Amino acid sequence: MLEVANLEVVYHDVILVLRGISFNVPDGKIVALLGANGAGKTTVLRAISGLLDVHQGDITKGEVRVDGEPIHKLKPASIVNRGVTQVMEGRRVFAEFTVEENLRVGAHSNPGHRDDNLERVFELFPILKERRKRTAGYLSGGEQQMLAMGRGLMSSPRFLLLDEPSLGLAPLLVQQIRDLIVEINRQGTAILLVEQNATMALSIAEHGYIMETGKLVMDKPAAELMSDEDVQEFYLGLHAGGGERKSFRDIKHYKRRKRWLS
Amino acid sequence: MNEFLQATINGIATGAIYALLALGFVIIYKSSQVLSFAQSGLMILGAFWVVYFSTVLELNFWVALILGILLSAAIGIVIERIMLRPMVGKPVFSVAILTIGLNIALTVIGFDLIGVQIRSLGDPWGIAVLQLGELVVSRKDAATIVASVIVVGLLLLFFRYSRFGLAMRATAIDQETALAQGISVARVFAVAWAIAAGLATIAGVFLGAGTGVSAAIGVRAIRALPAAVIGGLDSIPGAIVGGLIVGLAEAYTVAYQAEYLGFLGQNFSTAIAYVVMFVVLLVRPYGIFGTREVERV
Ligand SMILES: Nc1ncnc2c1ncn2[C@@H]1O[C@H](COP(=O)(O)OP(=O)(O)OP(=O)(O)O)[C@@H](O)[C@H]1O
Ligand SMILES: [Mg+2]
Repeated sequence: MLEVANLEVVYHDVILVLRGISFNVPDGKIVALLGANGAGKTTVLRAISGLLDVHQGDITKGEVRVDGEPIHKLKPASIVNRGVTQVMEGRRVFAEFTVEENLRVGAHSNPGHRDDNLERVFELFPILKERRKRTAGYLSGGEQQMLAMGRGLMSSPRFLLLDEPSLGLAPLLVQQIRDLIVEINRQGTAILLVEQNATMALSIAEHGYIMETGKLVMDKPAAELMSDEDVQEFYLGLHAGGGERKSFRDIKHYKRRKRWLS
Repeated sequence: MNEFLQATINGIATGAIYALLALGFVIIYKSSQVLSFAQSGLMILGAFWVVYFSTVLELNFWVALILGILLSAAIGIVIERIMLRPMVGKPVFSVAILTIGLNIALTVIGFDLIGVQIRSLGDPWGIAVLQLGELVVSRKDAATIVASVIVVGLLLLFFRYSRFGLAMRATAIDQETALAQGISVARVFAVAWAIAAGLATIAGVFLGAGTGVSAAIGVRAIRALPAAVIGGLDSIPGAIVGGLIVGLAEAYTVAYQAEYLGFLGQNFSTAIAYVVMFVVLLVRPYGIFGTREVERV
């Protein structure tokens, strides 16, 4: 079990971004973490994977634990060794490396299982096998997302943290990524899924959390969140009667308009 | 023609030494974005250890060389750990100045240990020469070229195929993503300094072979800096090409300048590296193979 307990994070010693966040990711489950731009979702993932340092961020309160043991003071490399791997927002493939080199970097912490994991990744993402000698920078957005996820799997994580894997992908590709997440999870990896595409995330998650400006404002089984009226209105972009899906930008406008009107 | 060939061989041998030094500079810069001006100091100290092992402890030269490289690499790691690690995130310019101080300290300590007189390395080449037809190649130059090719070859294989070499390249491209893959970036920095110090030691041994280790080699080593700039600060092939360009430019200057540009005086070859650098920068601001924009120093 991956637990986040009462987490408080400050950037540059002054910007308070997380204000007491608690949730957990049980082994083998998919948990969705949703919220608007700037809510602090990425910051939560950085706090778990130890990447706050790079951004001059600090955990000022609270803990992150794996099986009850605190990991939030460890270096990123040790956190990866504890079975927690983050796939960062924006894919971040090593553009000048080949697909295979990218995957080999992913195996850095776990060289003993490199060949097994490579086989597993190529089975999950046959396109990567086809393109294994290609330079990663020339792959399409969807392929790069698959490479980023495959690279994350090369460390044999127990908990895979995915930051907006559907960002910027066409609907068909979003479906594909969604199915792949389900398959990765079916093979035994627990997933913490950060998404702006709430419909996609809630359709596969067991449990969902909703964040607003550094706090969790809702915490329910995914199915209940899906049918919750407020969530439908603000996060799924569904009007009570309509059922037409809107983009997040529209919702923001909608929220603002609502505030002005009330 | 013979004169030209002769100068070319000399130039390649000196250029190989500059290339080894420039490589260390580039490897440190690529992995940690530190502009390190300590290469010549690392070289002096490294050469001292080889002198010490081979002439004071009277070990076999090759054993002394390997011990010297290992000890220098260890010193490189210690320097990185206590001096550079706390400077992570500090302004590039300040850290660069700090390495100038480090260079002075290493040089002073090195010469204090070696003593003022020229010290022989106990190398097997001495001042012997090989006669190839009408060409005279010093055995030391031949050994320099062969050894540099082997060392650079091994280094390139390391970066291309080894797990840690790949991790170093990944760190050079995107530090945060490297961290997210479980790479210890701190270890990458340490290994970069170890490699730079090891390369500097080899360079020092070949600069000092035959004639001996003296203050003069420290002055020459500084010309590896324009070599790195010519090649492009963030390019490993650039360091090799830049080193060779500077070596050749010097050798040709020595061979021909007195004849054609005599008014420049006796020692213009010591300045030619900077002239070449100036010309290269006019055409290619980041050096021949350089890409990334380097913060202004
Ligand atoms: N390095 C940083 N320094 C200062 N503030 C930061 C830094 N990184 C993020 N923030 C701020 O912290 C808040 C949360 O950012 P974060 O990236 O965690 O949000 P997010 O929910 O992931 O947003 P998005 O959906 O846009 O990815 C934002 O207000 C952001 O401006
Ligand atoms: Mg984010």
